[in-house]
Amino acid sequence: MVMPEIVIKNVSFNYSNQNIRPALDDVNLRIAAGSFVGIVGHTGSGKSTLVSLIDGLGKPTSGQIQVGTATVNAQSSPEDLAQLRRHVGYVFQFPEQQLFAETVGQDIAFGPTNLGWSSEQVQAAVPEALKLVGLPADFADRSPFALSGGQMRRVAIAGVLAMKPAILILDEPTAGLDAAATDRLLTNIAQLHAAGTTILLITHQMDQVARYADQVVVMNQGHLVKSAPPSEIFADPAFLDANHLNVPAAVAMSHRLRDAGLKIDPALSIDALADQLAAKLGGEHGEQ
Amino acid sequence: MNNKIVFGSYVPIDSPLHRLDPRMKLLMCVWYVVLVFFANSWGTSLWLLAALLCAMLLSHVSLRQYWQGLRPLAWVIVFTVVFQVLFSSGGKLYWHWGIMSITHDGLVNSLIIFYRFMVIITASTVLTATTPTLRIADGLDWFMRPLKFLKVPVNQITLMLSIALRFIPTIMDEAGKITNAQRSRGMNFHQGNLVKRVKHLVPVLIPLFVNSFKRAEDLATAMEARGYDPDSPRTHFRQLHWQGSDTMTFILMVLVTVILFLIRGGLL
Repeated sequence: MVMPEIVIKNVSFNYSNQNIRPALDDVNLRIAAGSFVGIVGHTGSGKSTLVSLIDGLGKPTSGQIQVGTATVNAQSSPEDLAQLRRHVGYVFQFPEQQLFAETVGQDIAFGPTNLGWSSEQVQAAVPEALKLVGLPADFADRSPFALSGGQMRRVAIAGVLAMKPAILILDEPTAGLDAAATDRLLTNIAQLHAAGTTILLITHQMDQVARYADQVVVMNQGHLVKSAPPSEIFADPAFLDANHLNVPAAVAMSHRLRDAGLKIDPALSIDALADQLAAKLGGEHGEQ
Repeated sequence: MNNKIVFGSYVPIDSPLHRLDPRMKLLMCVWYVVLVFFANSWGTSLWLLAALLCAMLLSHVSLRQYWQGLRPLAWVIVFTVVFQVLFSSGGKLYWHWGIMSITHDGLVNSLIIFYRFMVIITASTVLTATTPTLRIADGLDWFMRPLKFLKVPVNQITLMLSIALRFIPTIMDEAGKITNAQRSRGMNFHQGNLVKRVKHLVPVLIPLFVNSFKRAEDLATAMEARGYDPDSPRTHFRQLHWQGSDTMTFILMVLVTVILFLIRGGLL
């Protein structure tokens, strides 16, 4: 299968006609297949609206969205919208709130069954999806409501991964998780990306964006302000401030070091910064 | 996300009717519903309809908005009326087929039912459109106060009512989110026969119930943590004030009633 790219052309979206400010206003964006895109912006900036349109959960008021070979615009039928969904998996905020089946296995099987897969395919997809989120296969027989919060979230994500989406949307996947669970989840996501899945990650955690993303989309009040590599986005503190974004810890630290007179390149992750500092101190690359 | 006007939602504008005491509006609504059952002729029915129209005009809520509130119920009304027309007997027979027939009495009865349905629903929409739900709960609380002497737990009942009303928008919002989540997992709500469509509700209703129970538990814990005691006397943040306009409305209501019975008695 050809990896689908996402092309968004002049897309606007209104929730209701009375609204003065549209939720999305003339958005243009191209996302190459296999990229890791961080979508950032203030609360209410249109991030979730944008990705819900990519998933075909609504149709644009005007403009056109193309995912792979499927295209939708304002005139599209519900069947056309469903075509978008064949490529896209959407992990909602607090996805554990959508679990419903008696067993974890049945819940994970829900998506593949809806896609019309054969029962052998579905049976194979369940343990595979559990493995992808780092849960043992015997979880399939347990009740989803008897798990811990972090485990429930991973089961819910497995339910989306089981459909083998080429594009995976994650809306604040680490909200409410502790540091260890957050790390595990992000590592899982990075592995999926390495395996070729396009990742769209909505987050308020700039450290996650700086570390993993290769393209950052900045939204503000329904407008797409900028789409650029993280090194470019995080190099400009005034721009970040104007769009209500935090500076990643590594970037803030390297700015402070540079202000103190140290000659270092801007770093996007703590690891990269540590390597540079170690090199300055005469240590080996990657030395613990 | 869902900005549609639904039956019974409050319209936040300012009007003489909005400013009335919720107790008066509650009384007026119940009183009106009782009066509707006393209307027995064209004259009395039109008189009550005129009174309702006056109230609707005073509410400053547009007729279009009232219609949007009524529209979801239109099918129930149509169904009841058709049923009444086809399955009641008596009087002159116009048409019949099997057990179905259209008779004179059937037509009259269905007209009466249609009238009662429309005015009662519209009257309660006038109440809910001009009064925030929590104010209605306050008004009910006041009316139920005498029941305290009969050891009826009035505080608890009104608390339950307020909480239930408060969480309707929250739960509607959540239902929308869960529906979207399941749609994105390939569920198609608009496909299949009736049985299949009902089955589609399971993946939405179960999470909705689970989350509601969780929320109820959290709310109970939070209230207990803040020292809520269901048996202690309650004070109210929103005070009810009976004003001159409320007394005026009461007098008008009495007038409407008196004239209704005068028309009914053939004196007018």
